[in-house]
Amino acid sequence: MDHIKKKAYLINTIAVVALYLVFFVLIQTKTMNNYFVGIAIMTCIMIIMAMSLNIVAGFLGEMALGHAGFMAIGAYASASFSMALIDSGLPLPQLVILILAMIVGGIVAGIFGFLIGTPTLRLRGDYLGIVTIGFSEIIRIFFINFGPTGGAAGLKGITRLVNFHNVYWVTIIVAFLIFTLGRSKQGRAIISIREDEIAAEAAGIPTTQYKVLAFSLAAFFAGVGGALYAHYQSFLEPSKFGFMFSIEMFVIVVLGGLGSITGSIISAIVLTVLPEMLRSFAEYRLLVYSLVLIIMMIFRPQGIFGRTEFSLTAFIESLIQRKNVKKSIGGGEAS
Amino acid sequence: MNLFLQQLINGLNVGSIYALIAIGYTMVYGIIKLINFAHGEIMMFGAYFAFIAATSFHLPVWAVLLSSMVIMAIIGVAIEFVAYRPLRNAPRLSALITAIGVSLFLQNLALIIFKPDPKVMPKIFPETIYKLGEIEISSTTLITIGLSLFFMVLLDLYIRKTKQGRAMRAVSEDKDAAILMGINVNRTISLTFAVGSALGALGGVLYSVAYIQVYPTMGVMPGLKAFIAAVLGGIGIIPGAMLGGFIIGMVETMTKAYLSTTWADAIVFAILIIVLLFKPTGILGKNTREKV
Amino acid sequence: MKKRVVSVLLVVMFTASIFAFAGCSTSGGSADVVKLGFIGPMTGDAAIYGSSAEEGAQLAVAEINAAGGIDGKNIELVAYDSKADQTEAINAYNRLRDQDGVVAVIGGTLSGETLAMKDIMVQDNMPVLSPTATAVEVTQAAPNVFRACFLDDYQGQAAANFAATTLGAKTAALLIGTGNPYSEGVSEAFKAAFTAKGGTIAGSESYGTADKDFSAQLTKIKEMNPDVVFVPDYVQTVGPILQKAKEMGITAKFVGADGWDGVQEEYADAAQGNYFTNHYAADSPSETVQNFITAYKKEYDKVPNSFAALGYDAVYAMVEAITAAGSTDSADIITALKATDHAGVTGTLKFDEEGNPKDKEVTIIKIDGGQLKFDSTVVNK
Repeated sequence: MDHIKKKAYLINTIAVVALYLVFFVLIQTKTMNNYFVGIAIMTCIMIIMAMSLNIVAGFLGEMALGHAGFMAIGAYASASFSMALIDSGLPLPQLVILILAMIVGGIVAGIFGFLIGTPTLRLRGDYLGIVTIGFSEIIRIFFINFGPTGGAAGLKGITRLVNFHNVYWVTIIVAFLIFTLGRSKQGRAIISIREDEIAAEAAGIPTTQYKVLAFSLAAFFAGVGGALYAHYQSFLEPSKFGFMFSIEMFVIVVLGGLGSITGSIISAIVLTVLPEMLRSFAEYRLLVYSLVLIIMMIFRPQGIFGRTEFSLTAFIESLIQRKNVKKSIGGGEAS
Repeated sequence: MNLFLQQLINGLNVGSIYALIAIGYTMVYGIIKLINFAHGEIMMFGAYFAFIAATSFHLPVWAVLLSSMVIMAIIGVAIEFVAYRPLRNAPRLSALITAIGVSLFLQNLALIIFKPDPKVMPKIFPETIYKLGEIEISSTTLITIGLSLFFMVLLDLYIRKTKQGRAMRAVSEDKDAAILMGINVNRTISLTFAVGSALGALGGVLYSVAYIQVYPTMGVMPGLKAFIAAVLGGIGIIPGAMLGGFIIGMVETMTKAYLSTTWADAIVFAILIIVLLFKPTGILGKNTREKV
Repeated sequence: MKKRVVSVLLVVMFTASIFAFAGCSTSGGSADVVKLGFIGPMTGDAAIYGSSAEEGAQLAVAEINAAGGIDGKNIELVAYDSKADQTEAINAYNRLRDQDGVVAVIGGTLSGETLAMKDIMVQDNMPVLSPTATAVEVTQAAPNVFRACFLDDYQGQAAANFAATTLGAKTAALLIGTGNPYSEGVSEAFKAAFTAKGGTIAGSESYGTADKDFSAQLTKIKEMNPDVVFVPDYVQTVGPILQKAKEMGITAKFVGADGWDGVQEEYADAAQGNYFTNHYAADSPSETVQNFITAYKKEYDKVPNSFAALGYDAVYAMVEAITAAGSTDSADIITALKATDHAGVTGTLKFDEEGNPKDKEVTIIKIDGGQLKFDSTVVNK
């Protein structure tokens, strides 16, 4: 057992590093120009957002349609923090400022997730959905009216600290953390609530506590995503964090498969890259996008991966096995 | 006092339109447990068809309303058949995403067909202003409120007294039992979409007459507000949607008038949240006990 | 097992499509075409602004090409949708630069998207001429960014001077679109200038960006009974406001800003006798203006608004600069842009050191019988 686990870690680490090296070479040799790097950065941020939403939507199985609100809190909090930190003139390297800003953004968003989650998680299904929309709209309206962060005109002059290299590793770390959460005691408790809340409660799981935990963790990682977004865009506008943005994230999670982290990753890549591919279609772009969405849902309603995870080790093993089978068949014929 | 009465009428006017649109949300939800996100776009297309009927064909008022309602009823049924029916046994969230997809699709289709420029809806109702003391009521406002109430009463009678209405209630109560009773579930669901979409279209026409314009994204905000209204009243319950619509319209107008215009939407949401925290299934919602 | 095969197939398909997408990237900048980029919202709520500005810009491109282009080279305007979203705008800009190889950019159309792109534009030293982004910061600390429109506060000040001096107004009410930086910016300037002229602000009401119901606000404004009501927003918002105000019997004069351009088309009755500040007068005897209006009507079968006029002027000014520079080198174009002196539809365009239009005159327009009538001009000093 331990041996298999070790092997899995090793293979995945190699894959992650190899992928990074591929990108590194492509960027260094300018094969991948800034346009593609920009899309790659945005894709990584959307992956973080989708994975974090998956904690609530997938693991816990609740409809949360206000994720953009937590992202906004994280973005504004971290941006205000980093601006103050840079103004104070402390000679800190950029990476340290970014890491501190992410932590601040995550914690502030997490606190709000806790405060909002505690009273509202008594609600279920569509009612919870509409309440989360409500909170996220209230957050957006707050930022429109809040002078210190620039109000409707937006917060300007945030230092651009994010590049592909740091955003890639943050994404990997977040993915690792959320994946581990799904396999941990807490994660299993959260998933058991999704499967059957009453049975979970009967089994002695403090359901309310775990629901709030899932909600706060999702908000925390959304805050981290928001911090990255703020320090990539260098400019924040409240209108960005509207209702449609939350819906967009939710679409990514459902399309990838509720509860599947790898599904969220693949789906975030597809749905961020797809509109870019369709750019030359001009006004037909969103028409095609929505058609793709409808068709995908009709033919694969459980999402790309359903609830299963894509496993690299299993994939490689199945490849090897197939080769062996082929070999043995081939051998059989020869003899 | 006069100012207050004037604002009260403003609130009734918006509220009656929200109520009409909310009915469509609630009926569809009641019967297939789907939040039909495309309902706002149905309302928008209804307004466009009315616009075309009034400006290109110069139809009389009743024909404008009727043609728009009939066309949208057909389109509503078609949407259900093409996009929602294949997903009837799929996870509910997948159906929700499809509804979002349909909503985006219709919105962008309208953008391409009709272009983004807002069209000005002609005044299809005779325009006179009635004075009651110092309060002024325009005929458009009276007709809007009157028509909404008329159709709500009609709908209520239809649901309670007719065979189809009973079938709708039966399907929304328990689909499997309804099948056993020999109810044609597919036909009943189609009928629900037809009625809901027709009322949505009427809401769209009234909205565009009251606020003059027709444009591709016009369905988004009233759609969201009507959805809130439906949830506030208790989603799936038709009188709840009507009540919710009037409450949202009234709250919105009164906050704009007496509290703050910038925070009006935030206050509407806050009220919704507070109501739901104390009454988790909406104002008229029944508390269902969870079965083990 | 079958499930897994399907998932793997899907993954492979998507990865393949991504690489195909990377592969189809064409290297821009072929020898006989000069490419200009355009960025603005063409879908979503703000679609009308981006598409109007683009139409004006495309018209200018067509005219210039018909007249021989730049030293015989044709111009191509590559226009991308920003959806009024910052991320989309940045991607669109990166694509214009890397994939299409544009030599200069006309855009962004809205202030927000332009501010989002500004940092990267400055890094690239890309020649940028925004037709319509009015936020002050757009051109600050950006030697390569210029704009064709006057700023929000410039316009608000002109409107206030006009209301206080020419209309002799003592009290004013404001109706502001919150969440709309344009409306907020112009109102702020109006408020300051109007009180400086000795007027009083009777009150200010506001509405959200998606609001269509203005009855509550207008009922309150009617109670205030001011001399003028200042409503700086775009036609599609102003039209219904004016209509509702007329229905409610509000007698105060309404004054607005350049967003009103086009209000005479659909809302002639409601707008009758009101004023707004603009970039040009449609009844101006100037040949440039008349040619533009005729050509635009012919091409798009509608009356141009100020976005279209500014998009049109921006392309002409940019092309003049490229011609003057004699090359498509960024630094040369920027140097040439600094020396711009273009007599366009919206007046004479010259830039100050910051890249904003210098001494541009504000035209006051009166709406009369469904026509826009020239009233007077104001130059703020």
